[in-house]
Amino acid sequence: MIGAAALLTVGLVLSACGARVDSADPSGAAAAPSCVDTSGSEIKIGFLNSRSGTMAISENTVFDSLSLAAEQINAAGGVLGKQLQVVAEDGASEPTIFAEKAQKLIRSDCVAAVFGGWTSSSRKAMLPVFESNNALLFYPVQYEGLEASKNIFYTGATTNQQIIPALDYLKEQGVTSLFLVGSDYVFPQTANKIIKAYAAANGIEIRGEEYAPLGHTDFATIVAKVRDAGAGAVFNTLNGDSNVAFFKEYRNLGLTPEQMPVISVSIAEEEVGGIGVDNIEGQLVAWNYYQTIDTPTNQRFVEAFKAKYGENRVTSDPMEAAYTSLWLWKGMVEKAGSFDVAAVQAAADGVTFDAPEGTVTVNGENHHIAKTALIGRIGADGLIHTEWSSGEPIEPDPYLTTYPWASGLAS
Amino acid sequence: MDVVVTQVFNGLSGGSILLLAALGLALTFGQMGVINMAHGEFIMAGAYTAYVTQNVLGSAGLSLVVSLPIAFAIGGALGVVLEAALLRRMYHRPLDTLLVTWGVSLVLQQLARDVFGTAGVDVPAPEWLGGPVEVLGFSFPRTRLFILLLAIAAFLALAAALRYTALGRRIRATVQNRPLAETSGISTRATDRLTFFIGSGLAGVAGVALTLMGSISPNLGTAYIVDAFLVVVVGGIGQIRGAVIAAFLLGVAQSWIEYSTTASIAKVLVFALIVAFLQVRPQGIFTVRTRSLA
Repeated sequence: MIGAAALLTVGLVLSACGARVDSADPSGAAAAPSCVDTSGSEIKIGFLNSRSGTMAISENTVFDSLSLAAEQINAAGGVLGKQLQVVAEDGASEPTIFAEKAQKLIRSDCVAAVFGGWTSSSRKAMLPVFESNNALLFYPVQYEGLEASKNIFYTGATTNQQIIPALDYLKEQGVTSLFLVGSDYVFPQTANKIIKAYAAANGIEIRGEEYAPLGHTDFATIVAKVRDAGAGAVFNTLNGDSNVAFFKEYRNLGLTPEQMPVISVSIAEEEVGGIGVDNIEGQLVAWNYYQTIDTPTNQRFVEAFKAKYGENRVTSDPMEAAYTSLWLWKGMVEKAGSFDVAAVQAAADGVTFDAPEGTVTVNGENHHIAKTALIGRIGADGLIHTEWSSGEPIEPDPYLTTYPWASGLAS
Repeated sequence: MDVVVTQVFNGLSGGSILLLAALGLALTFGQMGVINMAHGEFIMAGAYTAYVTQNVLGSAGLSLVVSLPIAFAIGGALGVVLEAALLRRMYHRPLDTLLVTWGVSLVLQQLARDVFGTAGVDVPAPEWLGGPVEVLGFSFPRTRLFILLLAIAAFLALAAALRYTALGRRIRATVQNRPLAETSGISTRATDRLTFFIGSGLAGVAGVALTLMGSISPNLGTAYIVDAFLVVVVGGIGQIRGAVIAAFLLGVAQSWIEYSTTASIAKVLVFALIVAFLQVRPQGIFTVRTRSLA
C-alpha cells in the first residue's frame, strides 16, 4: 500500500514537472523537454559536490565558494531578476552517485544548471546524464583535456593552460631533464603522455617515470629512484595524501628545491597546511589562481570568503574556478535573456567575467575558458606567490590541435 | 652495491613501520582473537595526540618524546573503553566483533573530522630528526632510523613484559588455557582488559611515529589496517616474534619488488606471495602449541 502511494506521489511530481514546461528545446528532439520553472521570482540551481567520502576534503571547499557566489549574486539582484534557490546534493565521492544525483537534480528538482564535480571519473559518469537530458554542468577543476561536451562548461584549466605553461617555464629556466612522479590513474597517465611528447619535441630528457597507487604511503623507493636519477626537476602529478608522504620523504633524504625543484599540479593552498610548510617551502606549483594575487577583485573575493567562513581559511584555484563558474552562468543567461539551455549555449561565446584570477572569457566552441597560466612558489607563510605568468589569457585547446608535437596524442 | 644497501635499508624501514602498526594487533588479534577493525583509528588517535601535544608544548623536539607516553595512554584508554563497552559482550562471536569494530572505526573517523577538520594537519619533525645521516657514503633519513629503533624498542619491551612480568605470565596463561587460568585464580576479565590496553596503546605509539612519515588525516588508519592484519596472519596468530619476522619480510619484499618494477605491481605481487604462502602454511610462520581444548 505504501509502495503504491509512493508511486502515485512520484507520478504526480513528474506530471507536475511536465505541466511546467515553458521552453521546450526545438533542437534536442531526443531529449525530454526541460521542466525548469521560470515563472516565479526564484530560479533553482543545483550544487553537486562530495560532502562525504574521500573527496569531501577538497569538494567541501568548492561547495563553500559556490555558496558564497550564490549569496553575492542574490544580494546583487539575482539572475534576470530572479533569486537563486540552491538545491545541494552529495555526490559521496562515488561516480555512480554523481550520475544518479545529477539525474535527480535535472528531472525532479528541475534546476536550470548544475555546478560541481571534481574527479574526472565523476565528470565522465555525469556526462551522459547531462547530454541525454540536454542540461548544463559547470565543472570547476583542472583536468586532463581531450573532452568538449556542449552540455559541460569547463572553468578549470585544460592541459594547455597548466601543464604546457609549466613545461615552458621549466625550459626557460634551463631544465634539460625531468623525472615524472604520479598517482596511478587517468589524469597523471594522460598528463605524462603530453609531457613526454613535449619533452621529445623540445630536447628534454625524461630520466624516469614512476606511478604510486592512490593512497600510497611509503615513498622511500620512489624518492631514492628520483635522487639517483639526478634530473633537473621533478614533475609531480600525485594526488591526495600521497603528496604528504612524498614531500616528507623528499626532505628527509636531504633533497632541496635548489638542487632539484618539484613542480606540482595538484597542490593548492588547501593542501600546503597538511603537507607542512617546512616540507614544501620553495617548491613550485602550476595553476591559474593564487590567494596572493594582488588585484582589488581578488582582495574583495578573499575578504568576503574569510568573512563568511573564518580568518584561517584559504582560497585556492578550484574554489576560484567554481566561484567564477556561477558568475559566468549568470553572464550567459543574462546575455541570452533566457534560462533555456539552447539559448545559453548560443550566447556563451565571448561572455567575460572579471574574476579573482583576472578577466576570463568563455570559448563558445569548446566550452572552456581563456585563462592566464601562473607558476607559483610556496612561501614560508604557507601561501603561493606568483613566480612567472603567461602574461595574457591562453585560449583553451583541450585537444592540443595547435601544437604540432601533440598530433599523435588525441587519438 | 649502492642499490643493495639503500633498498635493504628501505625494506627494513618499511618493515619497521608495518611492525609498529601491527604489534598491538598481534596482541589483541593474535593473543586474544579479537578482530578489531578500529585498530587503525587508534593509530590515527595517536597521530592526532602528537599534533595536539605539539600545539600545546610548541617545541617539536620535546613534544615528540612527550607525546609517545601520552599517545600510549590515550590509545590504551580508547581500547579499554571499547573492550568494556562492547567487545566483552561478544567474545566468541568474531563476525559480530568485526562489524561492531568497523562501525566504531567509522564513528571515530567522523569524530576526528568534526574535531580536527577534514583537511590533513602537519606535525613538523624536530630539528634533530631533520635530513639524512651519512654513513660510509650512504645517506639514511634520520626519521626512518628513529622509527626503526622505536619499533625494535617497542617489540623488545613487549616481549620482555610478556616473558618476565607477572602480568605477562597471566596474559600467556589466559591465552593458552582460559578455564585453567581462571581456576588458578587469575582474573581473566582484568587480564583481557589489560591486554587490550597494551595492544591499543601500542597503536597510539605507532600513530606518533607515523606523523614523521605521512599525512595526518581522519582516514590515516585505513591506510594501515589491512597491512597490519596481513602481518599478524602471515606471522602466525598468537606469536609476537612471528609478527616481527613477517613485518620485515614483507617490508623487504615490497621495497625490492618496487625497485625493480613499480609501486602498483609490487603491491599486487606481495599480496600474491602472501596468498600463495598461506595456501602452503595457513597457520602462518609460527604456531602456538597449547593444551587448550578449544
